[in-house]
Amino acid sequence: MGKRSIIPYGPQHPVLPEPIHIDLVIEDERVIEAIPSVGFIHRGLESLVDKRDFNQMAYVAERTCGICSFQHGMGYCEAVEHIFGVDVPDRARYLRTIWAELGRMHSHLLWLGLLADGFGFENLFYQAWRVREKVLDMQEMTSGGRLIFSVNVIGGVIKDITDEQMQIILKTMDEVEEELKVLQKTFLEDYSVQSRLHGIGIITKEQAHDLGCAGPFARASGVKVDMRKRGYAAYGELDFEPIVSNAGDSYARCYCRMMEIYQSIDLIRQAIGKIPKDNTLATPVKGNPDGEYFMRVEQPRGEAVYYVKANGTPNLERMRIRTPTFANLPGLCEMLKNTELSDIGLLVLTIDPCISCTER
Amino acid sequence: MAETICPENILEEIPVDILLDKSLEKKKQGLRLSQACAAYVNDKYELSYSFANDETYELTTLRVVIDKDTVVPSITEIVPSAVFYENEMKELFGINIVMLSMDYEDRLYRIEQEAPMGPKKEEA
Amino acid sequence: MAKVKRSPWLLHYDGSSCNGCDIEVLAALTPVYDAERFGVMNTGDPMQADIFMITGGINTQNAEVVKQLYDQMPRPKVVVAVGVCACTGGVFKDCYNILGGADSVIPVDIYVPGCAARPQAIIDGVVKAVELFQQRSDEHDKLVKQGGRPDAAKDAVKEDKEVSNG
Repeated sequence: MGKRSIIPYGPQHPVLPEPIHIDLVIEDERVIEAIPSVGFIHRGLESLVDKRDFNQMAYVAERTCGICSFQHGMGYCEAVEHIFGVDVPDRARYLRTIWAELGRMHSHLLWLGLLADGFGFENLFYQAWRVREKVLDMQEMTSGGRLIFSVNVIGGVIKDITDEQMQIILKTMDEVEEELKVLQKTFLEDYSVQSRLHGIGIITKEQAHDLGCAGPFARASGVKVDMRKRGYAAYGELDFEPIVSNAGDSYARCYCRMMEIYQSIDLIRQAIGKIPKDNTLATPVKGNPDGEYFMRVEQPRGEAVYYVKANGTPNLERMRIRTPTFANLPGLCEMLKNTELSDIGLLVLTIDPCISCTER
Repeated sequence: MAETICPENILEEIPVDILLDKSLEKKKQGLRLSQACAAYVNDKYELSYSFANDETYELTTLRVVIDKDTVVPSITEIVPSAVFYENEMKELFGINIVMLSMDYEDRLYRIEQEAPMGPKKEEA
Repeated sequence: MAKVKRSPWLLHYDGSSCNGCDIEVLAALTPVYDAERFGVMNTGDPMQADIFMITGGINTQNAEVVKQLYDQMPRPKVVVAVGVCACTGGVFKDCYNILGGADSVIPVDIYVPGCAARPQAIIDGVVKAVELFQQRSDEHDKLVKQGGRPDAAKDAVKEDKEVSNG
């Protein structure tokens, strides 16, 4: 048995712009145990329910995370809408789907870029982010914001996408698809990239299930779970199947996310093809919510649970956001066991950690 | 058109002493712990442990309502992935959870204020 | 902007931001917006950094980290607060764990507004920071030539002086 030592990893670190600290117990060069300590970004967002009313909380919820911002707002709004029992207008449901998928695309492209940076392929990092800028341009054109949209309100959305804009989106989707095919060659077929990803950080299907993993992290291990199948927003009317891989290693995670970008492109095309012409974008709600609901939405990083408990006053009793990275933390600790120290940076990245979500 | 599955959420209110039995039962049914959270409502804590079925997309929530000083057994021995949820409850709400598999001792987020979302200081 | 005489290095730290501004800072540095054309370079090492870019508000845990990073940077230095959270605390100002903007622990020179701050605004902030850095460096050089002690420069944080000198 070699000598055991503890290496502190983080909080300011090479692969992520966000701070997370992990204590790595290592024996020689192998990691025996990983103990994460979070809290550098803890703000106490959930406590704001005492000071903001339920309409304002939609904007606060959106600022849980700047990457999956739209989906946070949507998850919160759907939960409150469910308590009210209001029906969101059809066009608003489709608009939400389009924005959510644009968000997923830019999040996955961002992740691919960071992954490339993580294994030292800087050129690829810039290429992925260049493609991502096209998606961001679409978001800016339709909502006015690059990352934080603020288009969700309780009962629907406040902005519409015009027909001309839809055509521009479709055209851009074609361009992105072409560029993605070029990127895919490197990400999935390049020899040196494969040697960094294959067989590293394996999580089996059983482990992924037992540890409560979510999203592409779980799907890469063969757990076929995708909250979009619950049919919130307009997903119930669109045709798609969760993308699953069985290998459970870093390469499988890369593969799943890559394929999900194509899936998002396809979903946006379907949604634009089916979107009903309608002038109402939001159903007005009257009074205050009373009741509780667990809403689950599929974010780019996985299943997010919104728990909203209201008591008939403008201020909610409790809002709780269980974010996907929080659910993936036990999986991360398990994955880091028995890996080489030099792979840690890359492995932390493969769960697509969003620390500001995790700590709120 | 794709088939969608959206069953209603199920809420089971249980007393605190059968929490472990119920969790074990859910685990044996092959459910995944989706989330666990606490709320402080009317001088009582409401703990919710949600178990998700990944095939039917059904969400079953175990609801435990306890007084302020009740001792709650940790479910981490049965469901190891609950460790972060329970540490969070303990730190933010000041719930007395015992037998955690990895106890951060209220230092998960390392906040200065004690139990900021639990009972207000004036009442205590 | 006058001729660039120096090439300051840039350190980015995420306070308690929502990620939006961090990603925009990164996006501003990638070739699409290319803030690096103004001579700055992103670095992860505070000991070699000249411009400190901070996003997000300050909370009780990262207050120490931010102070430490600031102290580790050599003088002269410029601090840029990116995004409304780093400026004032923003939407999270009322949260129990937020102390306020970045200026609650370190002196901030340039405030970049926005939620999330747009890359164009960030580039503007970088340009201003480069100018200010040039100005401060000139003053600093003059002080050194006159035989003054550079660590007595006016941008030092009072209560941390002893720590950084010792």
